[in-house]
Amino acid sequence: MENFTPIASTIGGLLIGLAGIAFLALSGRIAGISGIVGGILGAPATDRRWRFAFLAGLLAGGWALAVFHPPALSMEPLPSVTRLVVAGLLVGFGTRLGSGCTSGHGVCGLGRLSRRSLAATATFMTTAIVTVFVTRHVVGG
Amino acid sequence: MRAMLVSFFTAFVFALGLGIAGMTRPEKVVAFLDVFGSWDPSLAFVMGSAVLVYSVAYRRVLRRTHPVMERMFHLPQRIDIDRRLLVGAAVFGTGWGLVGFCPGPALVGLASGIPGVLVFVAAMLAGMGLFHLWGKAAADRA
Repeated sequence: MENFTPIASTIGGLLIGLAGIAFLALSGRIAGISGIVGGILGAPATDRRWRFAFLAGLLAGGWALAVFHPPALSMEPLPSVTRLVVAGLLVGFGTRLGSGCTSGHGVCGLGRLSRRSLAATATFMTTAIVTVFVTRHVVGG
Repeated sequence: MRAMLVSFFTAFVFALGLGIAGMTRPEKVVAFLDVFGSWDPSLAFVMGSAVLVYSVAYRRVLRRTHPVMERMFHLPQRIDIDRRLLVGAAVFGTGWGLVGFCPGPALVGLASGIPGVLVFVAAMLAGMGLFHLWGKAAADRA
């Protein structure tokens, strides 16, 4: 076990959960990033505004982290462009096809005790773990 | 306007949570997924605490007839587990395992200015766009 950060990770998780609940209580929606952002494409104009505002909030939060706690943002080692592109395409397409990601299914869905989200989460956790195993221990990348 | 402010501020806090939790460091995510290697279980604490908060508060929130700022809740209604869900999740998980980024942290990470994050996000948006076009093509054929 290296770099184990149980306290920071728990605090971060609490904030994530609270933000998700606040969004549900105030807006009545699931805080699923892939759905909120991906849904911009097919949404009518009135529906796009809050989605863009959500996206702006994520970017602003990132900016705050970059300014006040730069070590929070990283990418080391830097993967190849090919790997980044393939991963991005799979994440983009897969989250839309599967109706959610770690925030939508993993946090909100499990929090709601949704069967669909349980199945989705178990599935993406499995393929993610298998992918890491293959790339790290079989192929050696 | 209120809807936009609510969205902005909850997303801002969400982003801070992701950053504090370590989700915006893809190598830490991969270390969590590297169950058979140098395993870093930290992210189990992220999801665990997030789900705990959400599950406890969820029922209280749903006792309201409508959200504070809207006329109705917009919650997913489906309960069936279909192939789309499973295939989509499988595909997403594979992409997630390749780099360690899922949508939220990747977008938050753009502020770092790291070119790799930009490439990933561009590809992710392209992937979402492809899904949208595919859906439209399928609908046109129907």
